[in-house]
Amino acid sequence: MLLGGAALLIAVVIPLVAPDYLVPLLGKFLCFGIAALAMDLVWGYAGILSLGHGLFFALGGYGMGMYLMRVIAGEGVYRSNLPDFMVFLDWKQLPWYWHGFQSFPFAMVMSLVAPGVLALVFGWFMFRSRIRGVYLSIVTQALTYAATLFFFQNAAGFGGNNGLTDFKRILGASLHDPGTRKLLYVASAIALFGTYLLCRFVVTSRLGRVVTAVRDAELKTRFCGYESTNYKLFIWTLSAMLCALAGALYVPQVGIINPSEMQPSNSIEMAIWVAVGGRGTLGGAVLGAWLVNGGKSWLTAALPSAWLYALGALFVAVTLFLPDGLVGLGSKVGSKFRSKSLRPPT
Amino acid sequence: MSAIPVTPLEDDDRPTPISSAPIPAAARPELALWVENLSVTFDGFKALTEVTLTLEKGELRCLIGPNGAGKTTLMDCITGKTRPDSGAVYLESRMNDLTKLSECRIAELGIGRKFQRPTVFQGHTVYENCELALAGKKGVFRTLFARLSAAERTRIDEILELIGLQDHAKRQAGLLAHGQKQWLEIGMLLAQAPSVLLIDEPIAGMTHAETERTAELLRSLAGAHTVVVVEHDMEFVRSIARRVTVLHQGKVLAEGPMAQIQKDPRVVEVYLGV
Ligand SMILES: Nc1ncnc2c1ncn2[C@@H]1O[C@H](COP(=O)(O)OP(=O)(O)OP(=O)(O)O)[C@@H](O)[C@H]1O
Ligand SMILES: [Mg+2]
Repeated sequence: MLLGGAALLIAVVIPLVAPDYLVPLLGKFLCFGIAALAMDLVWGYAGILSLGHGLFFALGGYGMGMYLMRVIAGEGVYRSNLPDFMVFLDWKQLPWYWHGFQSFPFAMVMSLVAPGVLALVFGWFMFRSRIRGVYLSIVTQALTYAATLFFFQNAAGFGGNNGLTDFKRILGASLHDPGTRKLLYVASAIALFGTYLLCRFVVTSRLGRVVTAVRDAELKTRFCGYESTNYKLFIWTLSAMLCALAGALYVPQVGIINPSEMQPSNSIEMAIWVAVGGRGTLGGAVLGAWLVNGGKSWLTAALPSAWLYALGALFVAVTLFLPDGLVGLGSKVGSKFRSKSLRPPT
Repeated sequence: MSAIPVTPLEDDDRPTPISSAPIPAAARPELALWVENLSVTFDGFKALTEVTLTLEKGELRCLIGPNGAGKTTLMDCITGKTRPDSGAVYLESRMNDLTKLSECRIAELGIGRKFQRPTVFQGHTVYENCELALAGKKGVFRTLFARLSAAERTRIDEILELIGLQDHAKRQAGLLAHGQKQWLEIGMLLAQAPSVLLIDEPIAGMTHAETERTAELLRSLAGAHTVVVVEHDMEFVRSIARRVTVLHQGKVLAEGPMAQIQKDPRVVEVYLGV
C-alpha cells in the first residue's frame, strides 16, 4: 500500500507538477536510488563493502553514451560517420568495440552485460582468493581507479577526459525536449521500483538468508553445504548490473559521461548514502541517497568548497552515532514511543 | 544408512591394535570413515603426526586428550577446513579422498560438524537457522526459488521440539543463551541429516539436566549415524562412550573401550591423572 502510493507519487504526480528544469535533477536522484539499492544489496546484506561500484555505474553510462553518439552519426561538427572525438584524433575507422551500438536494444544489453561480465570475472578471482573486509574494499577501489586512468586515455577510444557528450536524440526523441525528459524520468521511476521489488524478492528468498548467513558466519555456511563463493559472486554481479542500469538511465538525463564518474570518491559516496540511510534496509538506502544528494545539490550551490568536508563529517558522524543509519534511528525511536504509550498509567 | 544395526556395548570389550595392519576380510566391519597417516604442521609446529583412525559405520567414538592435542585440528582436516601436509581421509570408499575436496562438497557427501565454539547464524531466527541447515541441493539458483515443503516444515518442527527450542522458533539466534546455542547447533546438524557427525565439545555451558539429554540424544543417534564426540568432561565421556581414542601431542596415544583406556598408565599420566 505504502509502497504503491509512493510509487504513484514519484512516477506520476511529480513529473506533472515539477517545473521543467527540475525534472532531470529529480531523475538523477532516481538513478542514485537504484545505485543505492545495488550498494545495499552487496554491502548491507552480503557484507561486501565494495568501493568500486562507481565503475559499474559509469560503465553502464558509457554503454548508453555510445548509443547516443552512434545514433547521431553524420550529424556531428565534422559531418563524419565517426563520433567527433575520433575525427579529432584522426581515426579513420570505428574501433571494433563500437560496432552495434547504433542499435538501442544491443546497446542496452551491452550496458548491463559488459559490467556484469567484468564483475563476474573480477569477483571470481577476488572471492576465490578469499579476499574480504578491508582488503576487498581496497582492491575494488584500486579497480575503479585503474579504470579511470584507462578511460582518461584518448587511445582507449572513449573520448578521453571529455568523455562522451553532445547527445541529441534517444529513440528518435530530442533530449532537449521537456517531454522526453519527463519520459526519461518516468522510465527511471519504473526502473527504481522494479529494482526495489527485485531486491526485495532476492533478500527475502532463501538465497537472501544464505547470503546474510555468509556475511555473519561464512565457514558455517560452507559446512552446511553452501558454496559461499558462488553466493557472493551472484549478489556481487547482480549488484554491479543494477548499478550499471542506474548509470545507463543517468547519462541521457545529465547529457554527459566521462571518467570522473568512475573516480574513487564516487564509489565512496555510494557507501555513504547507504550508511546514512541504514544498511540492510533497501528503503533506507534510497532515502540516504536522496538526502545526501539533496544536501550536496544545495551545498555545492551555496558553499561549493565545503561539500567534501561536509561529506567527511557526515561519514564520521554516521559511523559514530548512527551505526544503523536513519532507519535504525527511526525504528529505535518508534519502539521507545510505542513502549511508552503502552505503559499503564501509574 | 538406517539399516545399520546398533552394536551392543559388550561387543566392544575386545582390544584393537592401533596399527593399520590389515584386518582379515571376513571380520572387517563396514567402515564409515578412515584417516590414514594424517600429518599437519602449523609454521613448523606439528599439530598432527601420522594419525591413523578408523570408524565403523554406526559407532559412537569419543576423542579425548589434553588441550592442544590436535582434536579440533583432526576435525578441521576431515571437514576440509585445514589441508594436511600428508595423509588422506576416506569416506566409505577409497574414491573420496576428503583432503582434496572443498568444505561444502564434504558437507554434501554427508559429514556434519558442530564447532567447538557454538556457531549459529546470529542474525537469523532459530527457525531460519534450521531451514538453512536442511538437507537438499544447495545451488544458488535453486536456493533463490526454494520454498519449504510440508515435509520440511514437519521436520523442522520435530527438530525444534527435540532440542527444546520450539517456543523460541521466532527468536533471533544471537539472543539465545550459550547452552541454547549449543542445542540449536546440534539441531542444525540433525536438519542437515549427515551420515557422519563430528561434534566438538557439545556440553560446554550446559546444565546437568541438559548434559544428560545430550548424552541420550547422542546415544540415540549412533547406529543410524556414525558419531565422533570430542569432550573433556570424563563423566560425560563415560556415559556415552563405547570406544575412546586418546590423542596426545598430535599422535594417537591409545584406543579402546573406555574401561581399558581409564586403566592405561600412559593415558593416566598425560591426561586423566591431572
Ligand atoms: N590455524 C592454526 N595456526 C597455528 N596453530 C594452530 C592452528 N590451529 C591449531 N593450532 C595449534 O595446534 C595445536 C592443536 O590444536 P587443537 O585446536 O587441534 O587442539 P585441541 O585438541 O582441539 O585442544 P582443545 O582441547 O583446547 O580444544 C594447538 O597447539 C594449537 O595452538
Ligand atoms: Mg579443540
